[in-house]
Amino acid sequence: MVSDNNGRSLVVIQLTGGNDYLNTVIPYENELYYDNRPTVHQNQSDVIKLDGELGLSPSMGSIKHLWDDGKVAIVNGIGYPEPNRSHFRSMDIWHTAEPAKVIGDGWLGRAVRDLDPKGENVLTGLNLGRGLPRALSCRGVPVASVGNLESYGLFPDVREEEARRDTLNTFAQMYGGAEGRDAISQFIGETGSAALKGADILRTAPEKYSSSVEYAANPLAQSLKDAAQVMCADLGTSIYYAQHGSFDTHGGQLATHNKLWGEVSSAVGDFMQDVREHGRDEETLIFVFSEFGRRIKDNGSGTDHGSGGVAFCIGGSVQGGLYGEYPSLKDHDQLEGDLHFNNDFRSTYSTILEGWLGLDAVPIVNGNFEQFDFIRKSKISHKLSGVR
Amino acid sequence: MSGQDIELMAHLMRRAGFGATRGELEEMVDKGYEETVEELLFPQDGRRLGDDVIRRYHVDIHESRIPEPPATEWLYRMVTTSSPLEEKIALFWHGIFASSFSKTQQSRSLAVQIDMFRRFGLGRFDSLLLELSKDPVMIIWLDNHDNHKGAINENFGRELLELFSMGDGNYSEQDIKECARAFTGWTLGNAEYMTARAMKASIWPYGAIAWHFGYRDYDHDDDEKTFLGETGRFNGEDIIEIICRQTATGRFMARHLYDFFVADEASVPQWPYTPPLDPDAIETLARAYVESDHDIRSVLRILFNSDFFKDAKFARVKCPAEFVAGVIRLGGDLAEPSLEMNEAGNLMGYMGQSLFAPPSVEGWHEGTEWINSGSLVERVNFAAEYFNDVEKPGVRDIIERLAKQNGGSFSPEDVVNSCLDLMGPITMSEESTRSALIQHVAKKGDLSLRKRESGKAEDERVAELLGLIAATKEYHRA
Repeated sequence: MVSDNNGRSLVVIQLTGGNDYLNTVIPYENELYYDNRPTVHQNQSDVIKLDGELGLSPSMGSIKHLWDDGKVAIVNGIGYPEPNRSHFRSMDIWHTAEPAKVIGDGWLGRAVRDLDPKGENVLTGLNLGRGLPRALSCRGVPVASVGNLESYGLFPDVREEEARRDTLNTFAQMYGGAEGRDAISQFIGETGSAALKGADILRTAPEKYSSSVEYAANPLAQSLKDAAQVMCADLGTSIYYAQHGSFDTHGGQLATHNKLWGEVSSAVGDFMQDVREHGRDEETLIFVFSEFGRRIKDNGSGTDHGSGGVAFCIGGSVQGGLYGEYPSLKDHDQLEGDLHFNNDFRSTYSTILEGWLGLDAVPIVNGNFEQFDFIRKSKISHKLSGVR
Repeated sequence: MSGQDIELMAHLMRRAGFGATRGELEEMVDKGYEETVEELLFPQDGRRLGDDVIRRYHVDIHESRIPEPPATEWLYRMVTTSSPLEEKIALFWHGIFASSFSKTQQSRSLAVQIDMFRRFGLGRFDSLLLELSKDPVMIIWLDNHDNHKGAINENFGRELLELFSMGDGNYSEQDIKECARAFTGWTLGNAEYMTARAMKASIWPYGAIAWHFGYRDYDHDDDEKTFLGETGRFNGEDIIEIICRQTATGRFMARHLYDFFVADEASVPQWPYTPPLDPDAIETLARAYVESDHDIRSVLRILFNSDFFKDAKFARVKCPAEFVAGVIRLGGDLAEPSLEMNEAGNLMGYMGQSLFAPPSVEGWHEGTEWINSGSLVERVNFAAEYFNDVEKPGVRDIIERLAKQNGGSFSPEDVVNSCLDLMGPITMSEESTRSALIQHVAKKGDLSLRKRESGKAEDERVAELLGLIAATKEYHRA
């Protein structure tokens, strides 16, 4: 049985390259911020204030609107023990939820496996974009990866109905056989079979969708539009994955960082408006993360790889506000020149897995982690508790 | 000429090149295996359209034409060159020294970098790393122009050690900093000109010059450094010299060469924790690296002539460049560049490999990670459609060869076996694939090419079968 977890969707947005935390959620009243960032800082007057201490980067206007509606939880000081400043390794740690050793499976791939243990729905997890991130990969768990929803399918050049049926049958036979396979062949076979199954279902999504929202013209916005279409087609998809970047701003940071956050912010704003229009904003949770934050001191034009960072959880069922603690910028509180993380990323993962997807988090993140309370008790569970 | 000779040569050409037609394979078998390896190792400026001709007459695929990654021009070289290892080794280094258009925003400089891989990629590793450290795209990509005396930017220093030479776990954080210090002053020579030019000129870089390397003596930290246990007033050249004689470097490069040319290894971050697939092979290649004084060509000679290479048929998953270039080389529609080539260049991106735009400095995740439902659909659709076309010269060639076999009469089983042979030879790892193909052909009965009208129904049945063979699981493997 595929768990439908009340039709809830998780939309993960990966900020690739290491997002500069200090210039995303800005301690605009803190002199140490300006001292450490003689070049790479936002002017106090440009910061979008959240409260008397913290504010958002100037290009994050759409996210501020959602914040004002109480739909944005900011997880300050998120990270993992013994930070690794390699993109490679750090992203792997976030993807696999395993800082201590290198493993191949992703936390969301494991979540898909637990949502749909028998692999009945090949669309339980859906990657929007090219390639498949490790977070979604899990041996034996089919996940669809869709570059462009509108042209998705096998053998589009074979149009005549009977020929098409024959060709797809032959394809199913060629990829479905199971005898004497080596591992590579096994993997390609399973992927092909899953693709065949998913393609026919996904083809129907754009037909069922209409919206008044005109999405911003950036790749992330287009990916989120595809997510909205699949969501509205009720294909049983629970986890969506999209990426944006590159946030690896070693040089010329200010202009690039502003542009990137402008794109993320408008894409998230458009998407939330769209799902609200379709009455799904309470069933939608967006989770935004990056592999690490950046160094506290700037390098004259950008910032180098650091550790402690920030994550965002956005949605109609989110209890908006600040979570975690904003790390101290004082010299003796720093971790080798970085912001010190104060909450393990697996706490946020566990909150999402249990509080949102209704899964047992322990086997997925391999441990017990204290959870946040940024997810409101939904109306459905209120009703349930009322019945009891 | 035995079937096994053809099979081995086809294997060599899938790995050292982008596949070959039956006619080409027969010529090579006549020449001999070792002789063919030697020809591959010493690329000639052979049969392909020159850059000057492309620029003058086929501007639509030239790097100056498009502000996006000029994958098309490179793809065109992959499918037309008579020195395929030159392109293959450039692709190999592009995957390891992964730098992207996303940060430089200039196609010309990337084309220059790839050309540097062609010229230095089969030579001494020291020379290649030195060229790499002076490469403007790499300088911009890893911010070495922001690496100053007294204010280091460690990005290049770190990746030089972690990703480009020794691998994680063979140096300390302090070594990274010392390495970065040694490369202070290694910067862009024409930054002011390029900035001024960028403000005045349009984004269309027609006639634009590339970024240049420049060394700034006054910005170089000339003080003493201690790097990997050695102390001296090291400059970048000294650091490279020290790196290249580390055992770790030989082993790391041996594993990379094995991974790319022999069989898919675990992904790179797992290397410190996972033993190689074939430790003896890595030992052999690492020893060749030392004994040849770091000469990549010598290491490859040993690799291609080894039993572990010859026994590794179909052990790798084709990367998108191999897949796309291989399909077009065999289909053979190459008389001149066409806009179709632009589409094929874009397709590689949808399959997960945009040339000139690797996802990050880590390069692409390879092996089975190339295959997911999205990329697999792209691969199958492209290959099946490409071969299902009786007008393609490569398809015509296969049909003509087929017509001369068996007196032109085939049972479904015979035609499937013959086509598998002529498209590769492709070894079916499973009987179920072959039987599915045979059943498909059998729906329309036996095939006779004896009294056919060229280009008509019987030919189309062959073309359809070639398309289906290209859609098999086995066709994804090299």
